Amino acid sequence: MDLSLTTRQEGTHTVVVVGGEIDVYTAPKLREQLIDLVSAGSYHLVVDMEGVEFLDSTGLGVLVGGLKRVRAHEGSLRLVCTQERILKIFRITGLTKVFPIHSSVEDALAASD
Amino acid sequence: MPTVELRFAALPGHVRTARMIATAVSRRAGVPVGAIDEIKLAVGEACARAVRVNRRSNPQAFVHVELTDTPESFRVVVSDSGAAGDEIAPGPDGGLLSVDALLDLGEGAEPDLAAIGVPGTEVDQPLPSGLGLALIEGLVDEVAVRRGQDGIGTVVEMTWHTAEPEEDADLDSAGYAALAAQIAGSARREG
Repeated sequence: MDLSLTTRQEGTHTVVVVGGEIDVYTAPKLREQLIDLVSAGSYHLVVDMEGVEFLDSTGLGVLVGGLKRVRAHEGSLRLVCTQERILKIFRITGLTKVFPIHSSVEDALAASD
Repeated sequence: MPTVELRFAALPGHVRTARMIATAVSRRAGVPVGAIDEIKLAVGEACARAVRVNRRSNPQAFVHVELTDTPESFRVVVSDSGAAGDEIAPGPDGGLLSVDALLDLGEGAEPDLAAIGVPGTEVDQPLPSGLGLALIEGLVDEVAVRRGQDGIGTVVEMTWHTAEPEEDADLDSAGYAALAAQIAGSARREG
């Protein structure tokens, strides 16, 4: 399965819903999407990863790159993920200390207020 | 003798193919479900790394993957055709580097937090290559890295011990009773 990306506006936040596989092949698409959003002035992002079936270190790199971009504009990047196999990847790499990870989009939006 | 052997051109799109083959072969070998996810991710990381190395040092060269299953273990060997010093390479004396040294633990295994959010920081800096290797280290039971044949390239050998521990395979009567009670309990909840 390929990567799917959709975005929607929730107040001051942009929710990016990611589905499928984020790997060395598909990660550039996600990178472009995040760059486009920041270029368009969306500095508060919530990345919904509930539909992600596979994530590798290239995908982690793109998310960290996105975080750096929004932070440069005093923005935020929050993740939504409850899948154990994806959470494990963030834990192994120590990235749970870098990203706020929420159990739902509503939680992520509430935490931002 | 490997069970399945695969060679593919150093293109990012083929990494997924390698992952799918590793998943299929490990499933067929009867590897426990939890380990299949680990194998899929670790093989993907090792192949992505090998693709990067080949594209930089030797773009025409294929990435080579060997999958071997035995009753006790599942082993994956990924070989590139890079030069010494490419991300992971054997130590200066040709001997093995420890995984800790390869991962540059302490610094490299974690992203450079100080760099995040610092104005003027180059945002497209690649993450430390240790990130992919940190994943491999966290997923694989045993990792060994050595120089390839004739000193060309790097060989990453990953082994999962897949045999069921004896005590699990041989529940005593108390264990059976507890298990039966659990099953009965969950059946009642469902009903």
